[in-house]
Amino acid sequence: MTGAVAPVTAGHPTARRLLALLGLAAGPVAVLCVFFVLPVAGMLAEGFWPDGTFDPQGVLEVLARPRVHRVLWFTLWSAAAGTVLTVLLGVPAAHVLYRLRFPGSRVLRAMLLMPFVLPTVVVGVAFRQVLGAGGPLASLGLDGTPAAIIAALVFFNLAVVVRTVGTAWEGLDPRPAQAAAALGASPRQVFLTATLPALRGAIVSAASVVFLFCATAFGVVLVLGGLRYATVETEIYLLTTQLLDLQAAAALSLLQLVVVTVLLYGAARTRARTAAVARRRTRARRPGRTDVPAVLVTLVALLLVAVPIVTLVVGSLQVGDGWGLDNYRALDTTGTDQVVLVPVTEALGNSLRIAVDATWMSVGLGLLVSVVVTRRSHSTAERRVRGGLDGFFMLPLGVSAVTLGFGFLITLDQPPLDFRDSPLLVPVAQALVALPLVVRTLAPVLAGIDDRQRQAATSLGASPLRALVTVDLALLRTPLLAAAGFAFAVSLGEFGATSFLARDDRPTVPVVIFKLLGHPGSQNYAMALAASVVLAAATATVMFVVERLRVPGVGGF
Amino acid sequence: MPTPSEQVFEQGLDVRDLTVRYGALVAVDDVSLALPRGEVMAVLGPSGCGKSTLLRAVAGLEPPASGRIRFDGADLAGVPTHKRGFALMFQDGQLFDHRSVAANVAYPLRIRRRPRGEVGARVAELLELVGLEGYGDRGPATLSGGERQRVALARALAVEPRLLLLDEPLSALDAALRERLGHDLRAILAASRTTALLVTHDHEEAFAVADRMALMRAGRLVQSGTPAEVWAAPADADAAGFLGYAAVLDGEPAEVVLRAAGLSSAGQVALRRSALRVDDGGPLTGRVVSARATPEATRLVVMVTGVGELAAVAHPGTPAPGPGEDVKLAVDGSRVAVIPFG
Repeated sequence: MTGAVAPVTAGHPTARRLLALLGLAAGPVAVLCVFFVLPVAGMLAEGFWPDGTFDPQGVLEVLARPRVHRVLWFTLWSAAAGTVLTVLLGVPAAHVLYRLRFPGSRVLRAMLLMPFVLPTVVVGVAFRQVLGAGGPLASLGLDGTPAAIIAALVFFNLAVVVRTVGTAWEGLDPRPAQAAAALGASPRQVFLTATLPALRGAIVSAASVVFLFCATAFGVVLVLGGLRYATVETEIYLLTTQLLDLQAAAALSLLQLVVVTVLLYGAARTRARTAAVARRRTRARRPGRTDVPAVLVTLVALLLVAVPIVTLVVGSLQVGDGWGLDNYRALDTTGTDQVVLVPVTEALGNSLRIAVDATWMSVGLGLLVSVVVTRRSHSTAERRVRGGLDGFFMLPLGVSAVTLGFGFLITLDQPPLDFRDSPLLVPVAQALVALPLVVRTLAPVLAGIDDRQRQAATSLGASPLRALVTVDLALLRTPLLAAAGFAFAVSLGEFGATSFLARDDRPTVPVVIFKLLGHPGSQNYAMALAASVVLAAATATVMFVVERLRVPGVGGF
Repeated sequence: MPTPSEQVFEQGLDVRDLTVRYGALVAVDDVSLALPRGEVMAVLGPSGCGKSTLLRAVAGLEPPASGRIRFDGADLAGVPTHKRGFALMFQDGQLFDHRSVAANVAYPLRIRRRPRGEVGARVAELLELVGLEGYGDRGPATLSGGERQRVALARALAVEPRLLLLDEPLSALDAALRERLGHDLRAILAASRTTALLVTHDHEEAFAVADRMALMRAGRLVQSGTPAEVWAAPADADAAGFLGYAAVLDGEPAEVVLRAAGLSSAGQVALRRSALRVDDGGPLTGRVVSARATPEATRLVVMVTGVGELAAVAHPGTPAPGPGEDVKLAVDGSRVAVIPFG
């Protein structure tokens, strides 16, 4: 006989889910607090509390300096110009490389994507080699002009547009375009009325990321702009390392933090407003006559990418008036006048070891973050917490590597957080720089998994952990490898944070290249060229593997 | 003595006063139903009526706002999905495309760490049961829709679940395949003596598979019983429409048809499409509005005197009347249901 019905005690599934979410997020949050929030906060404190007392006046004075205005203006207009040019070149190239079928398209795709992971210092060296005295385009007189910087920015960021727009284009449902054509639209009208609107989200998203990368570019500007053309990013570096004006550096970092965060927020809003486009695998078609303009633009883009790289390789093989591998053989020396403390070969060993550490850190962290932010929320409270975590984990994208490195330098130097001598300091910084990229690689795949797959698994007796392993991780195997490749390549080329943190007796290759460039002597310069080629080859190899592992229709930035 | 409805149901599934909410929306509203072990129940209702939510609540995928779900007398509140010993089969199967057919079927066995030899034998047995011998090494992506559903069924049956939950298992298939797989499903469930709860919007799917039926509308249970009971006496005109009755008559037209069928009961009358037959000795008269030949019979629309426009059939062998002709009609009592005035 049953008495009164007892109240439902379902174990408060909402609270339980919320606890599980917070438990999963605790690790990444802790890491980010120590290695991101703390350094950035320390850097801000440097600006606002210069002598231990709150003094915002100093920051305002820095922002009123005419040089700061010039730097800010140059940063904005060069980034804007770079972004526009990148989109104009990149969208046609995305069409040619992702929608058309022709022999060698895969190699060309990898070639266009390679610059993105090329170390920024290498890109700077390559453009100098092309435009500088003795280079093939020296007669244009562009060396040391803003045009050189902008060209290098476009070179560097083409991959972002090509990859983001290309993957979106590849996965685009072809039927609306076919319907438009069937209704009498010309190829041009089809593109403008059906294809372009469907790609707008991808283009805006790519453009905002490119603007961000342009505005925070460091190595390229430092090598090509020198003291004359500085962006906010290089100015922070100069103020910190050359002029020791920490307050001014902190003021500029703060300014950059605000601008970039606003920009990222805007980009995220745009992405959110873009309706999800039906994903569909379509066969690439053979090129036709209507593709001629796009093919021509793609050729220009390929030339822009190929010329600096080829010139760099050629330069590295030049010995006096002849050819040879002498510059490469010199890499196991420390250069003329002992410019660097260790041979370049040893620096390469450092770079590889650091990259391995940075890779497992950023992939482990990125995997946890991706799982946390992509799970479907079951209650309003859970959705809020998840949304907050999502924003928090994307913060590293808003802070420049230079700011991060600077922050590490001034905050992680006292017990219990004294990491100055830790061999993991540089990898941690690089892992944080690579983190947004890793998350952007993994999260879309996880978000694309039908939640009912996990429900089917649990209904068949799999515990939530088992479902995670057998459904999520099984599908993530390839993207995880790709993310690891990205992280490895980013780490190999990272210069902004590393330039602050790498100790002189344990430099990475980009740091060595920059040192070699900064010291006169043709032998040093030739060694810099050879080291650049070696570094570029290493990252290109990694990138090619990543491209082979690419999940069709998923990816982009 | 407790009345039967207050008894705790000791064998099988017992859902009592279940309510599930999505925010302000009440998806399942105070539903009670009982499913004895070994039987198959179909919950029939239009899309959005809450039937899938009911199924997900039983599976443990949606927390109930109130009410309880028991199995074999044990309360399932707080028991997570994977510890309920049920299996859920989705409309589209939700096979794991990254595993082979055999690995999909073996999945629940592997989860339970059954010995390798036993798993292999059981997988072979299950694939044979669903008629897919030799498909083990194929990838799910290479299968047709019907084959995928068979694999999903084999996977769901692998560990002999206490309760099999089927979410529109046949709806994604075309008509011919649906009928065949429906037959097979019923045979397989009977052979394995599986207790199953199936939700569907297709009355034919429900009739093909179920021992019991429950009709749901707007989150509430409207009617339940054996298929024959439900079929013979739909709860109301909407229920009749959903069960596939073509027309429901009320008032004077209903009385005319009832008299013609020789039935003495009173109420609304639900007619199947073939309830009226051209018969020279029939009690009703009418004029043909349109005629269309099909392989089994000529389907007519007839303006029936004193009733209105209704569907009727003319069986092959009798000359089919054309539009404008006058005909006499008989009523087939077995294709008519009376909805008592409630």
